[in-house]
Amino acid sequence: MPYIPHTPDDVQVMLDAIGVARIEDLFDEIPAHLKAGALEKLPDGLTEMEVTALMSARARQDEGAVCFIGAGAYEHHIPAAVWEVATRGEYYTAYTPYQAEASQGTLQTIYEYQSMIAHLTGMDVSNASVYDGASGLAEAVLMALRANRKSKTSRVLMPTAVHPLYRRATRDIVTNQGVTIEEVPFCNERGVTSVDALAQYAGEDYAALVIAQPNFFGCLEDVDALTDWAHANNMLVIAVVNPTSLALLKPPGEWGEDGVDIVVGEGQPLGVPLSSGGPYFGFMCCKQQHVRQMPGRIIGRTVDMDGKPGFALTLQAREQHIRRSKATSNICTNQGLAMTAATIYMSLLGADGLASVAGHCHANTNFLAEKLCAIKGVTRRFSSATFHEVVIELPQSANLTLKALAAKNILGGYSLAPAYGFDNAVLICATDVRTQDEIEQYAAALAEVLA
Amino acid sequence: MSNIPAELRYAKSHEWIRLEDDGTAYVGISEHAQEAMGDLVYVELPDVGAVVASSDETGVVESVKAASDIYAPVSGEIIAVNEALSDSPELVNQDCYGDGWLYQIKLSDKAELEDLLGAEDYAAQLEEDA
Amino acid sequence: MNRDAQLIFDVSKAGRRAFSQAPKPVADDKLSDLPAGLRRHSKPMLPEVSELQVVRHYTNLSSKNFAIDKQFYPLGSCTMKYNPRGANRAAMLPGFLKRHPLAPESHSQGYLACLFELQEFLKEVTGMKGVSLTPMAGAQGEFAGVAMIRAYHEARKDHARTEILVPEAAHGTNPATAVMCGYKVREVPVNDSGDVDLEALKAACGPQTAGLMMTNPSTCGVFERQIEAIAKAVHEAGGLLYYDGANLNAILGKVRPGDMGFDVIHMNLHKTFATPHGGGGPGAGPVGVSERLKPFLPTPIVGQDGDSYRWLSDADLPQTIGHLSAFMGNAGVLLRAYYYARALGREGMLRVGEYSSLAANYMLKRLQQVGYTAAYPERRASHEFIITLAKESKAFDVSAMDVAKRLLDYNQHAPTTYFPLLVPECLLIEPTETETKEALDEFIDAMAKILEEARESPELVKGAPYSQPVRRLDDVRAARELNLVWKPA
Repeated sequence: MPYIPHTPDDVQVMLDAIGVARIEDLFDEIPAHLKAGALEKLPDGLTEMEVTALMSARARQDEGAVCFIGAGAYEHHIPAAVWEVATRGEYYTAYTPYQAEASQGTLQTIYEYQSMIAHLTGMDVSNASVYDGASGLAEAVLMALRANRKSKTSRVLMPTAVHPLYRRATRDIVTNQGVTIEEVPFCNERGVTSVDALAQYAGEDYAALVIAQPNFFGCLEDVDALTDWAHANNMLVIAVVNPTSLALLKPPGEWGEDGVDIVVGEGQPLGVPLSSGGPYFGFMCCKQQHVRQMPGRIIGRTVDMDGKPGFALTLQAREQHIRRSKATSNICTNQGLAMTAATIYMSLLGADGLASVAGHCHANTNFLAEKLCAIKGVTRRFSSATFHEVVIELPQSANLTLKALAAKNILGGYSLAPAYGFDNAVLICATDVRTQDEIEQYAAALAEVLA
Repeated sequence: MSNIPAELRYAKSHEWIRLEDDGTAYVGISEHAQEAMGDLVYVELPDVGAVVASSDETGVVESVKAASDIYAPVSGEIIAVNEALSDSPELVNQDCYGDGWLYQIKLSDKAELEDLLGAEDYAAQLEEDA
Repeated sequence: MNRDAQLIFDVSKAGRRAFSQAPKPVADDKLSDLPAGLRRHSKPMLPEVSELQVVRHYTNLSSKNFAIDKQFYPLGSCTMKYNPRGANRAAMLPGFLKRHPLAPESHSQGYLACLFELQEFLKEVTGMKGVSLTPMAGAQGEFAGVAMIRAYHEARKDHARTEILVPEAAHGTNPATAVMCGYKVREVPVNDSGDVDLEALKAACGPQTAGLMMTNPSTCGVFERQIEAIAKAVHEAGGLLYYDGANLNAILGKVRPGDMGFDVIHMNLHKTFATPHGGGGPGAGPVGVSERLKPFLPTPIVGQDGDSYRWLSDADLPQTIGHLSAFMGNAGVLLRAYYYARALGREGMLRVGEYSSLAANYMLKRLQQVGYTAAYPERRASHEFIITLAKESKAFDVSAMDVAKRLLDYNQHAPTTYFPLLVPECLLIEPTETETKEALDEFIDAMAKILEEARESPELVKGAPYSQPVRRLDDVRAARELNLVWKPA
C-alpha cells in the first residue's frame, strides 16, 4: 500500500483498541447508499520507477525548443544553490508558521524576503507574497479602494498597456464586488500611456491609477509624470513592475514627488523556473500608512519572553481567520517555497549581480531586435525606449509566422493579435540565458519563413 | 465584576458615552470590552467631520487575537478623535473611561441617549451574557 | 549581536560578492538607450555575501523549522501527510521546468496530457462532472466556486439571491470568500453533537439564498449525517451546495461529494494529494462541478481532440467566470498531485480515507484512555477529532495553547488550537494515513505525560516551550512596534 506503513498486526491492534471488527465499521455513520463504488476509471497504482518513467517521457515531449517568449514569465539562469536549499525537507514539508517557536526558519526567511523586496522596490513594507503577479494586481486594486479614503467610488484607471492577462484576471476577480475598471488607451506610435490621454479623467473620482513599468510592450512609461498626475487628482498609484528591471530602473518608491502607494509584480524572474506558469509568487509592497489595508501574511520582528530576538506573524487581525467576512482578503497562504527560492536568489546575486542579469537581458533583446529588424519588412512597432522586451512588426500574420517558427523549434515570441488586434505584431524577448548563436539562429529562421 | 461608572450610558455593544455640558459627548469602550479584547495593538478611528447615525460602524479595536467593530451609540457629527491612540492603543487598556476615550461626537438628537442602558442595566446585561 | 537571530544582512560586507552566480557585467554603452531620468541612482540594499555564506545561512535557518520530514505533524484540518520525494523530482524534470506558460500546444503535449488525466482522476474520485485545475490555493478554489454559483444565478436572471449560508463552525475563509464574491453572509448554528441545526438551516433558506458552503466531515471532525436533508433544503430554496474540500482526506475512496448532492467543490491538493505545504504555500485548489455549473468553470482547462490535447478557450466556454491568474495557476503543484494519483492508483486511493480514519479513531480512543476529554464522545472520528481542555483549564489553569507549546518540547508538532471556535480550549488532531502506529503512540505518550505535568507542575507547562530556538514570542510588541523590514543601523 503506497505510503501506508501499517502491518496487518498494527491494524488489528488499532481496531481492537477502538473496539470495532473492521475498518469499514468506522464509516457506519455514513448512509450506506452514499458509499462510493470501486472508482473504476482510475488506473492501477504504479511504483516510483514506473511513474518517473511515464512522466519523464511526457516531459521530454515538451523539450527542445529555444524560447524567445517573455510576456510576464522569463527564463533566467538560476544558481544551483537556490533550489538545492529551498527543497530541503525543512522548508519543503513545513506548514504555515503558526507555531512560531517551531518555525523560526520560515519566519526569518520571510522577514528577510520582506526586507529585500522593500529595498528593491523602494517601499516601506512588504507582505510575505501572494499567488502571482496578476492576482496580486487584483488584490492591489481592492486594497486601493480600501486605502483611498478620499475616494467615494469603486472605480480604478487601468491603462491597456498593462499586461492583457493581468487585466483579465483583475477584472474577473474584482468585478463581483462591483468594481469598475476604466481602461485608458496607449499612444499608438510610442506604445506608452501619455498624460494627455489621462486629461479627460482629471478631477473625477477614481480610487487609483495603475502604472506598469516597463509596460506590456517593454516600453518605458514616464512614471514620474503619471504618478504626480494621479496624486494631484487624489488617486493612489499602483505600480506593476518586473523585479529584475529594478536593478537598473528607478524604483516605484521614488516615482514622482512622493513615490507610489502600492507595488505589485510577478516574482518569478527572481530564481523561479518557468515551470509552465507556476508556482510563481506575487510580491506586494506599500507605504507604511497603508499597511493595515494590505492583504496576506506579514511577519514582524519581536522578542521572546526572555528578551531574545525572534519573528512572528503579525497584524493578523486583518486576516480571514479573525476577521472572517470583514477580512482584507480571503487569502490565507503565501507562495512560501517560491518566495524562499527568491530570497536565496537575491542573496546570491546581490545588487550588482541582479544588475548584470538585467543588463544582459536588455542587451540581448536589443541585439535580437536589431538582427530581426535587419530582415526586410521587419520593424520596431513603437518608438519609445524599451527594457528587456520589444514589439516587432512583421510583414505578415504574426500567428502564422510563430507557427512556422515553432515547427523549426523556435518559440519566436507572443502574438499581439488576440489581445490588441495587431495582426502582425510580436512581443519578443531574449534573456541572459539566450546565446548569440541562438539569436542568430532565430534571425535566420525568420528570414526563411518570411522569404 | 468590572468597573461600570454610574454617570455614563452604555450601548449593548459595549461602548460608553459621556454627555458634556456643551451638548457634545465622549465615546469609548467599557472595561468589560477592553478586558475581553486583551492588549490592544491598534485602534482605527473615524474621520473628524464624519456624520454618523446611531449603530453605524465608527472604527475598529484590534488585539493580537481579535478585532471588534465600534458602533456609534448615538447619531451625530464626529468633532474630535483621540490622536494619542495611534501611538498608544494601550491607553484603552489602562484607562478606558479616561485617557482611553475614542472620539467626541456632537449629538444630533439627545433623546437617543434614552435608548441606551444605564449602569445598572448594563451590569445586568453583562451578568446575563456571562 | 545574538548569533541565533543573525540576519543575512548582518553577515553582509560591502564589496563582497558571489561572483560566479551572475553573468559578467555588461558594458555601460549597452545600456545607453535607457533614459537617464528613468534609471536607478542608488543600489538596492541587498546582501553582499559569498555563495557559501548564503548556503550556510539558509541551511541553518531551515534547521529551526519543524517539518513533516522531521516530526509528526498532527495539525487538524491541514492533512500533513508524507510528501513523496519522487513527486518533486518528476515535477522538476527539465521538460516541465523549462516549458514557457505561453508555449504553443505543439510544444506542450506531454504537460497537457498529465493535466488532462489529472482532471479525469479528480472527477472520478469526487463524483463531479467537470474539473478546472487552475485555482492556486484552497481560498482561490472557494472564490471560483462561489463566483460560479453567482454566475449561475445571474445567467438565470435570478438576481434576488444575495446571501451565502455558512455553518458557524466554518473556517474563516468561507465568509471572507463569500464577501469577495459580493455576497452577504448568514451563519447557521451547529448543535451539540457537531451537526448543522437542520431546523435553523431550513428557517434561514429562502429566495435570497444563493448557496450554502460546508465541509463534510465538518470542522468538528465528524461526518455530517443529515447531509441529504441539508442538500434538499438548500436545493428546494433554489440555492446551490458548496463543498469545502478541506477534509476530503477523510472520505477519499469512501463517499464522493458529487453523490452527496454537492454542486461545486474545491479540493486542496496540498492536503489530500500530498503536495508540499512549502512553509505556507504554494498549494493548489482545483474545483469540481455538477453538470449545471460546467459552463462557468474557470479557464484554462485542458481538452482532448482525438489523441492530442489543447487548451479550452473562451470560444469553448463563453460563460466562464474567467481567469484567476496570469497563466495556469500552480502548474508544478498539479504535476506533483498527478504523480501522487498515479502512484496510488485505484486501490491506493480507496485506502486513504480508510487508514486516515483508522489512525484518528485509534488516537481518539487512546487519548480518552489516558484522561483527555473528547468534544464529541458519542461520535466516530473522521480523519481528525477534537479534544477539549475546558476541564484542565479550570482545574490547573493550563490552556490548550500551553499543551500545544509543551508538545514542541516532546518533539511533536502541536495540533491545531482554538479551531473550531465553538469548542472551548480545543485541540484538533489529524494524524493522516502515513504515520506508523509507533509514531501515534509516541504522541499519545507525550500527551499523557503533559497531562501529568499539568496536574503536578502546571507552571512547567505554562512556560513551554524550552527546547526551541526561541520561547514564546511577544505578539503584542510585534503588532504595536511594527518591525517588518530590516534597515541598516
